[in-house]
Amino acid sequence: MPEITREEVAHLARLSRLALDDAELDGLAAQLDVILAAVAQISQVTDAADVPPTTHAVPLENVTRPDVVRPSLRREDVLAGAPAAEDGRFRVPRILDDSA
Amino acid sequence: MTDLTRLTAVETAAAVASRDVSAVEVARAHLDRIAAVDGAVHAFLHVDADGALAQAARVDAGEVTGPLAGVPLALKDVIVTRGVPTTVGSRILEGWRPPYDATVTTRLRDAGVVVLGKTNMDEFAMGSSTEHSAYGPTHNPWDLTRTPGGSGGGSAAAVAAYEAPLGVGTDTGGSIRQPASVTGTVGVKPTYGGVSRFGLVAFSSSLDQAGPCARTVLDAALLHEAIGGHDPADSTSIDAPVPPVVEAARRASVQGLRVAVVRELTGEGYEAGVQERFDEAVALLSELGATVTEVSCPHFVHALPAYYLIAPSEASSNLARFDSVRYGLRVGDDGDRSLEEVMSLTRDAGFGAEVKRRIILGTYALSSGYYDAYYGQAQKVRTLITRDFTAAFEQADVLVSPASPGVAFPLGAKLDDPLAMYRQDLATIPSNLYGGPAMSLPVGLSEGLPVGLQVMAPTMRDDLLYQVGGALEAALHDRWGGPLLASAPELEAARA
Repeated sequence: MPEITREEVAHLARLSRLALDDAELDGLAAQLDVILAAVAQISQVTDAADVPPTTHAVPLENVTRPDVVRPSLRREDVLAGAPAAEDGRFRVPRILDDSA
Repeated sequence: MTDLTRLTAVETAAAVASRDVSAVEVARAHLDRIAAVDGAVHAFLHVDADGALAQAARVDAGEVTGPLAGVPLALKDVIVTRGVPTTVGSRILEGWRPPYDATVTTRLRDAGVVVLGKTNMDEFAMGSSTEHSAYGPTHNPWDLTRTPGGSGGGSAAAVAAYEAPLGVGTDTGGSIRQPASVTGTVGVKPTYGGVSRFGLVAFSSSLDQAGPCARTVLDAALLHEAIGGHDPADSTSIDAPVPPVVEAARRASVQGLRVAVVRELTGEGYEAGVQERFDEAVALLSELGATVTEVSCPHFVHALPAYYLIAPSEASSNLARFDSVRYGLRVGDDGDRSLEEVMSLTRDAGFGAEVKRRIILGTYALSSGYYDAYYGQAQKVRTLITRDFTAAFEQADVLVSPASPGVAFPLGAKLDDPLAMYRQDLATIPSNLYGGPAMSLPVGLSEGLPVGLQVMAPTMRDDLLYQVGGALEAALHDRWGGPLLASAPELEAARA
């Protein structure tokens, strides 16, 4: 049976870019234990061993379209929805460390 | 004078086409109804009165015609609308006005449908009660102390409360059918790929599917036809004509049809009153000329765990796009913090508890070391479930089950127990994993609350749902002397 530690949840939260607080970490560790215990029965489905996985409900080939230039969204319209924009671009917080 | 809000979509379109009434009058009647009752129901997150009246005026000017021209509709807030707020029930998109229309939105406009506004939903469509909306729950019009199901509780409640004759929902694990079941309305998940996902904010891309909500089977068919069909902008949309759903709804016959009850979707886990109404409806199908048998789909018992690994895994990937850069919320950008810190603070502040739970669960299931045991295994089980469907459809034309295990439950009853909430989708999830179409339609009351029957059909045989649904609906209306919704309690207009 799975046992998820608080440290594991904190690691998953960092991977998911979620700044969870202490109370959230404690709560989620307990809840995930219960949920995973319930879904773990899936590993008991022994006749699945030699079955191919289904990734998609409808079997699809790659879909391509002619390589023709078409109008896209207007830059002003897209930037209007951004949290911050500058000089016709998305403005973001610093990406590199100061020391870099 | 007739109360315009009580008409079906078919009746409304006919009245508008014959100029007995203007589309603007129809729109105003529904906007008035929303003003009167939505304070109590809270089906809408945003009412677009100006947009609705402008579209209605276009219909009255003869600029657009068609079988649904002038018919009002409630659009689930997961479908983007140019210039009209789209939140997906989340704080992370509060105030966002999309720069483009979803294909569904475009098709509705081209059909002359009048979109009244955007409806409430569980955040990112994750939930079965609409209580996980960041903007407060929707109330079930049959009993305001109960939930309307979810995630599309807003659209279903709007249709049940006569705020709109039509709604559009999306169904990843039952989010159209379970709300339909508990509000006494008709809801259809089309074949996966039958309706374009372009402009549908993604939850679980291999499962998400938009579809109709309505008060009658024929109304649902007309809406299905209007929004369905191939879209080059969605490479997973099926390049084939929409199945003949309207014709099937009109034919409405089960004579000689083979109907099978799925053994694994009855009995234990289903409320006694739900099971009784279901059994009576199956007996009625037999009286109407169907051959009724029972089939076993042994892997359906694993559908719920498979779904709760596949859907959160896909969600954890899809929701990575909410990065505080391109749209929506940004929190903690003090000029000092790094992008990663701002991103993490934003996502923690912008996502609600259920969304975070699923992102973490999905990230776990996709982690190296766990991938084969969880996500990989779930995809194999998905294959086994598909094989169960294929085998069952060799013995039967359609499968039936209760649409949800119980009637509408009280607000708050399952909020602290995620697993109890997840079990609401026991009967609806298999069709999502398989990709085939399924419908919920009302078949009676238990404890004064609606019970839905689910019809499931093979992929691209959406017409069979309407053929069976239409026949059952006609026979039940004869028996009841009218639609089930006629027995719903009157909503009092909001008191000042």
